[in-house]
Amino acid sequence: MHGRPRKAYKPEEEAASAAKAAKLRGLQSQFMANHHNKIYTKEAVDLSTKLLEINPEAYTAWNYRKLAVEDKLSGIESDPDLVKTILDEELRVVESALKQNFKSYGAWHHRKWVLSKGNSSVGNELRLLDNFQKLDTRNFHAWNYRRFVVELTKRSEQDELEYTDDMIGSDFSNYSAWHNRSVLLSSLLARKADGFLPNKKIPDEYKLVQNAIFTDEDDQSGWFYHLWLLDQTVNVETPLLTSSWPSHSSRISLYAGCSKGSFSKLTTFGSESGSFPLVLYFDQAVGGVSSSTVTIDSELKGNEDLVWEPVSKKNSQVSCVWVARLKYISSEPCFGKEYKVKVRVGNSPGIVSSRGCNFSASYEFVFTAHVHDTVEESSQDGIVSWKDGFDIWDAESKDLNALATLDRSNAQMDSKWRQEAIAEEIDLFRELPDSKIGKLTLARLLMAKAMISDDAVKGVHYNEILELYKDLMALDSSHYQYYKDEHSVALLRKVTSSTEDLSGHLFRCRNMNNSVCLRLNNLSLSRIASVEKLLFVQMLDLSHNELHSTEGLEAMQLLSCLNLSHNRIRSFSSLDSLRHLKQLRVLDVSHNHIGEHSVDTTRYLCSSPLSNSEWPQDEVGSQMPSLVTKYWDAYFVLRDLNLKQLDITGNVIAGDEFSSFVLQVAPKLVWLDGKKLEI
Amino acid sequence: MSDLPPYPPLDPTTYDLIIVGTGVSESILSAAASSSGTSVLHLDPNPFYGSHSASLSLPDLTSFLHSNSLSPPPPPPSDTPDFLSVDLATRSLYSSVEIATFDSSILDERHSRKFNVDLCGPRVLFCADESINLMLKSGSNNYVEFKSVDASFVGDSSGELRSVPDSRAAIFKDKSLGLMEKKQLMKFFKLVQAHLAAAAASSTESDEGAVKIAEEDMESPFVDFLAKMPLPPKIKSIILYGIAMVDYDQDNVEACGDLLKTREGIARLALYITSIGRFSNALGALIYPIYGQGELPQAFCRRAAVKGCIYVLRMPITALLLDKASELIETGGYKGVRLATGQEIFSQKLILDPCITVGSESMSSLTDQQKETLRVLVPKSISSEGKIARGICIIRGSVKADISNALVVYPPKSLFPEQLAAIRVLQLGSGLAVCPADMHVLYFSTVCENDDQGKAALLSAMSTLIKPQVPENLQSDSAVENDTAEAAKPVVLWRALYVQAMVKGEFGGSISSAASPDGNLSYNELVESAVKLYEQLMGSEELFKEETSPDNTTEEENDGGVEIEA
Repeated sequence: MHGRPRKAYKPEEEAASAAKAAKLRGLQSQFMANHHNKIYTKEAVDLSTKLLEINPEAYTAWNYRKLAVEDKLSGIESDPDLVKTILDEELRVVESALKQNFKSYGAWHHRKWVLSKGNSSVGNELRLLDNFQKLDTRNFHAWNYRRFVVELTKRSEQDELEYTDDMIGSDFSNYSAWHNRSVLLSSLLARKADGFLPNKKIPDEYKLVQNAIFTDEDDQSGWFYHLWLLDQTVNVETPLLTSSWPSHSSRISLYAGCSKGSFSKLTTFGSESGSFPLVLYFDQAVGGVSSSTVTIDSELKGNEDLVWEPVSKKNSQVSCVWVARLKYISSEPCFGKEYKVKVRVGNSPGIVSSRGCNFSASYEFVFTAHVHDTVEESSQDGIVSWKDGFDIWDAESKDLNALATLDRSNAQMDSKWRQEAIAEEIDLFRELPDSKIGKLTLARLLMAKAMISDDAVKGVHYNEILELYKDLMALDSSHYQYYKDEHSVALLRKVTSSTEDLSGHLFRCRNMNNSVCLRLNNLSLSRIASVEKLLFVQMLDLSHNELHSTEGLEAMQLLSCLNLSHNRIRSFSSLDSLRHLKQLRVLDVSHNHIGEHSVDTTRYLCSSPLSNSEWPQDEVGSQMPSLVTKYWDAYFVLRDLNLKQLDITGNVIAGDEFSSFVLQVAPKLVWLDGKKLEI
Repeated sequence: MSDLPPYPPLDPTTYDLIIVGTGVSESILSAAASSSGTSVLHLDPNPFYGSHSASLSLPDLTSFLHSNSLSPPPPPPSDTPDFLSVDLATRSLYSSVEIATFDSSILDERHSRKFNVDLCGPRVLFCADESINLMLKSGSNNYVEFKSVDASFVGDSSGELRSVPDSRAAIFKDKSLGLMEKKQLMKFFKLVQAHLAAAAASSTESDEGAVKIAEEDMESPFVDFLAKMPLPPKIKSIILYGIAMVDYDQDNVEACGDLLKTREGIARLALYITSIGRFSNALGALIYPIYGQGELPQAFCRRAAVKGCIYVLRMPITALLLDKASELIETGGYKGVRLATGQEIFSQKLILDPCITVGSESMSSLTDQQKETLRVLVPKSISSEGKIARGICIIRGSVKADISNALVVYPPKSLFPEQLAAIRVLQLGSGLAVCPADMHVLYFSTVCENDDQGKAALLSAMSTLIKPQVPENLQSDSAVENDTAEAAKPVVLWRALYVQAMVKGEFGGSISSAASPDGNLSYNELVESAVKLYEQLMGSEELFKEETSPDNTTEEENDGGVEIEA
């Protein structure tokens, strides 16, 4: 039970407890002897009963009883009455054990096991549960078991929903009841049972939970449910395509060979390999993207069977980001021509979210690829400097508009009720201004509104969201980092919410042949977000922020220059996502904290993933095994990159030893810490 | 009642204390005195226990109200040589008694035994109030079982009944409060709880950081404090009349008979809050004894009897016996009483039912000292002590669908602009064994300045809750179908209206007078005055102090020791 202070034992109670323990030990050793000798006589089973009635936590005794029951049943399977008698006795033992301790895992599990045999009547179970749930309304064992019984008895989910109504009505500080409600509603809404349509039911649920929150805003259970509701309101089960590169109706220029850095035009791309990435960004992780689910219709030859790869951790077959490489330089010369490329996503079924929902609405987009034959070689091997020489980007906004992402989620959602529900919640929670959770919920609601409403009104809310998170950071220091991260997300959403906002952060790099650079420096960002709108970026300045990790950048498949100097990167492992960036040539991670906090190897069985695994020894690994072991995290990242320029100064790890290691791992490196390497 | 069977003479004839009347106050005193070793003779002129707190059948109730039951005894025998005999008179506590039967079948034999109707209704117990504590302390709880009052409502002239949001769960479920109102109300409850916790803590240790209501606020009117919180008028009214159970309009300072201070208001909320959840079987704050309020005095009397008190019912006393030697000032001259049988019984002290007085003609011949002895028996002008209009309706149906036992409060001005004081209505059903299965008993009361005003207020509440009475012969199903709202209302079968005078208990040395039932919903003030009277009589001895025996404490741990039927 809750809220009962623990009392110190009195001497006589201690004596009683010692006597009980002694008795229990006697029973226990007798029981174990029976168990080991597989004795299932009546006396032996009765002994286990006695043991369990005193100590329901003796799970070995429960398992012994299962064996004993199996043993008895094996002899008499033909007689249903006898079977029932045996099983009913088990139910009785469980019940008396539960009276002793109704939070005994073993006892509840044993009951499930008995009922799963199918020979007992389940009619009594709900009555029994009502008693237990009256004693302790939040007992999650009972709730768990309740779901099990409900499934067995085929009791309707509507009836169960009403039961949660009653339980919440008598005490709304009941996480278990709210949780069960969310489980039931999810199921009812998913199968669209009788009148259970989200646009009808979700607003009613908001009304219910508002009552809990406004009656007692200090009680957490309601807030949890509210968060769940908000999630139901904002997120659509079926996965959607959020954006792509190249985007619909865009015109891209492709060059053979690579201009180190990027290009003066946002839509220009070049690569040595003669292929360009085609990037699909989904709103949730999906699997099943392949040449059969995504079809390409193009005059560019050699792209018949594209290989789609998830941009995610190794071995994972689901991801938000999928990439395929389209060849534009094949055996046939194709320079100076324009090619139309038509991409159909979800043409045939197969794209499935990790929750099991199908990408249903197929979508088609078309772009034009202009293939040039000249390579801009001018600054081929020059050093990329982030220091100065940035001019405000002067491009006409239509250039940017061409990059505008799909942003078509609204079209597919029945968004009207969602917008209304969220607008109503926003009005309401503006009236709870003094509580932290009220502020946080308001910020979340405003963010949700920005996500599902029209572009025109978005900007208005971002400033309010940012203010709310700033307040929260000041008010609630123990959750500072969470608020900071959310603040970063909101800020990046704001920056990417319109072409005007975004173009304010785009610069021309004078020293770099006027290539376009997105500068998100000095924004005290602690987290990366809104990457789906930045798929086109080739040069990115994230210096002077508070980033701990590059997670999210893996989607920027065109990225070739990245400045992460003056952040809070603590190890190369935090840069792991960069391994997916095949175009990355220039990386500045100077003035971070790499190497400052070495992994405390005493806490692990092995000091690095390399120390005891049979990893395939490559050339570098066999040449300098001790350095690889020492810098294994750097090794994994740098090995997969194709860097020409790396800046590492201002980190603890930097030094001659590390430099020599880097030279081995990144043989194509030309510039290290601003110095040209002699090759 | 008139054919008294002949009683054998009482033996012994001398006691420490004689108590006449078995109302709640007298019964508590008798149980307390008996258990402290005092020899007590407890008499009642009526053939039943409870006096003005009794629960009776309809005919008995009717005749009690009409006759005041304490009919003047037969003419006394002449003075005994040793004592001066002073004849006693009875004053009527009840006026404007009006009883109407709308369905005569209600008085049939098959029904009559099933009614246990309270004389002093509407009345309930708060789970944490002093009467419960006293029952637990005395052990009289063993003789009574209780049931919860299922719901309480605040009503108005529209006929709509809104639940009183008196707990967290009730606020959550309430349909009539807005979200901000819920927030404000809960915030206020939390403040009160924090204040109570802080007050409890500071009694043991000084905790400066705790939230407490400021001292200057405690002395301000509660209604001003509520406004300062700030609570909107609607919630203010719910707290004042639906929870704190205040009688008079607190917004009208001139006409208000009981302007409540914040300290007292908080104390009343504290009683309500601690009552909820004191007993796990009780649904809310309020409980009611099965078989009626008359069970309570009976339980105390049983306890007294166990402790050696001698009971004689149907035994009026006719005269007081005073010492002729009037210079004995210390004893005040009181010696004993003469029973209706003519027997003379002696005691140190005497406590009398509030309606027993000394007629002014008997007083004229007495000396000053004798007058002083009889001081508390001299009728004062009753009007100065307040009146309570009471009403009882036996109805078919219920004032609220699906709810049997419920309290309804009509705050001042809620029914009509001139309504001076709150009207409380208590509906009780057959589950409490107070009426037949298909009926309910409704009790009404309001404090009033005069009979007409009080009865007018009760009639207004009745007409809001109950269908207007149709003469018996016209009462058919077809007659009432045109208005569904009216049709859903219950039908009245029997009705009583009366006004009760309120007499406060008074300590008078050797002769004291017990208190009559008051206008409150609970017994709290009655218990308080009984305890005070006991302390004065016995010299500040604690009530039932030796009763906290070991077996009593184990009982407390079970369920607080009070039987509450779920």
